[in-house]
Amino acid sequence: MESKNNWKAWLYLAPVIILLAVFTFYPIINTLFVSFLKNYDYIDFSHEGFTFDNYIAVLTPYSKFGGGTGTMYEQVMKTALPNTLILTVITVPLSIILSLAIAIALNSIKVLKKFFQTVFFMPYVTNAIAIGMVFTVIFSTDYGIFNSMFGLKGTPWIFPSPDHPENSVKYANALFAICFYIIWHSLPYKILIFLGGLQNIDAQYYDAAKIDSAPKWKTALKITVPLLSPQILYMLITSSIGAFKEYNSVIGMFGSEGGSFDINSGPRNMSTMVFFIYKQVAKNKVHYACAASIFLFLIILLFTLIQNQVSKKRVHY
Amino acid sequence: MKKEKAVYPYAADTSEYVLALAGSEQSTATKQKVSNVWHIIQLVFTYLFLAVLGLVVIFPFYWMIITSLKTGDEIQALVQTFYPHIVRWENYTEAFQRLDFGTLLRNTLIVGIISTIGTIITTILAAYAFARLNFKGRDVMFMLLLGSMMIPGEMMVISNYISVSRLGWTSNSNIVGNFAAMIIPFWVSIFYIYLLRQNFKQIPNELYLAAKVDGKSDWEFLWKVMVPLAMPTLTTIFILKLMGAWNSYVWPNLIASGNSKIYLITNGLRETFSAADNVNDYGAQMAATVIVTVPLLLLFVFFRKYIMRGVGRAGIKG
Repeated sequence: MESKNNWKAWLYLAPVIILLAVFTFYPIINTLFVSFLKNYDYIDFSHEGFTFDNYIAVLTPYSKFGGGTGTMYEQVMKTALPNTLILTVITVPLSIILSLAIAIALNSIKVLKKFFQTVFFMPYVTNAIAIGMVFTVIFSTDYGIFNSMFGLKGTPWIFPSPDHPENSVKYANALFAICFYIIWHSLPYKILIFLGGLQNIDAQYYDAAKIDSAPKWKTALKITVPLLSPQILYMLITSSIGAFKEYNSVIGMFGSEGGSFDINSGPRNMSTMVFFIYKQVAKNKVHYACAASIFLFLIILLFTLIQNQVSKKRVHY
Repeated sequence: MKKEKAVYPYAADTSEYVLALAGSEQSTATKQKVSNVWHIIQLVFTYLFLAVLGLVVIFPFYWMIITSLKTGDEIQALVQTFYPHIVRWENYTEAFQRLDFGTLLRNTLIVGIISTIGTIITTILAAYAFARLNFKGRDVMFMLLLGSMMIPGEMMVISNYISVSRLGWTSNSNIVGNFAAMIIPFWVSIFYIYLLRQNFKQIPNELYLAAKVDGKSDWEFLWKVMVPLAMPTLTTIFILKLMGAWNSYVWPNLIASGNSKIYLITNGLRETFSAADNVNDYGAQMAATVIVTVPLLLLFVFFRKYIMRGVGRAGIKG
């Protein structure tokens, strides 16, 4: 009877296990494998033996691939990696603070609560590429509402004006525009999670605060935030991982080339690690893509471990 | 305010007690008044805060719709207008034609529906095994699945691309293969298995025993009792998965590699309106983004509860 049941259960699981084996577990090993192959070609599977060259080319300037612009090193260590790190460091804390504030505000009102909840959830049900294009129009150099609203006529944020192509986009401006978009897009999910957490907080704590007639902001800081710390940690980890993999927002706003900025103002375009990886796949340079993705995975792993360690002291369960 | 007093009759007493201890020179009545005023100010600021941010959140939607109805002249006006003075519906006809909307919609629906149905079947089977059946290695297997959620999908995308091109599924002439490549790798979702397993676990064991007494097999019990009871969760999965297909860009873009016949809606949108600051194109471009966004908003209007519950569930384990 037992063994028969065993056999049946595995039959139920078979489709999932087969699909996972083919499309999840095998690819992980294969990616690691290909990252050490020289000049791998996925069309005829030819390669020229094992090598560390892919990692050397991607991570170090000391390679036989030459220096200067356009090298793998230039694309990854000078552009994609800094972009990815900067985007993460800016958007993750800002979006968490903002969504926490909104969630606390939403939780404290009664009238119009449902209405506001729906409004703040709307960016979730959008197409990242479509809304990215809308933001491109909003931040348009000559006719964008952002420039005309704040009296910044002619400031290029995403693309230079067609009439003044020499007035190229400053990196900081492009960064502002894309961070604005990423934060806008990431609010709903975080607000929803924080609201869920807030509703689980025992009302006793707030009654106690009310008796002490503590002001609202103090209640929020001393009671709500510590009690929400598990959700905040969860958000911190998952949204950092998400930010490390930023891609659609770049494609949506800057197009499939990732834009082109004033070289003296920072990285030359908005390409991210994932952007670089997919670009290499499309160019049949998957060995570089694999090396870069293993590198990205290690960064994410390291980052998650550090956050976990730090939070052990600060999270109240 | 009224409600608070009704619910906490003792709270008022206590606050007086505290005030007496503090030895304040103000009377309790003045204190109460000050606290009321303070409360109202806080409330006003809360609403102001929400209203301002709400406007920021809504604005891109508003601007998208407004721009999609403007004429080229009005878009390029020196002073931006906040509603179209001349409504130009032609932007939409132009957008529909340039997008090749019929093909995009058909492709997206084929991929969305078949991958959703596949996912639902594998999810039901696996969730049932994890929730109901006792077998060796169940917990280990479940932890392994959850653990694999931590690995960034990008690592698999490259290898999966190699795999499907090895099968000849990426060749431009192999339309069926192209669709298979866009569908089959997405027939499994660990998060949904987790979601449905939780739901199945809540179904009382007595139902199972009763079904056994009636001579029903495990298989019949699953499809005749469990699945109908888990309909709300399955609806959530269905909607979220469809939205996923509608929004997917990376993988279909790799598979299509420039072959517009098999583009999904998002690829079509991006490729039709290539990113350049072409102001003359803004009207049609925004009309196209409205066309892509509206079905999502409609889904949201009709299935708000299901969508928010499914999305919110992710954080509960935190």
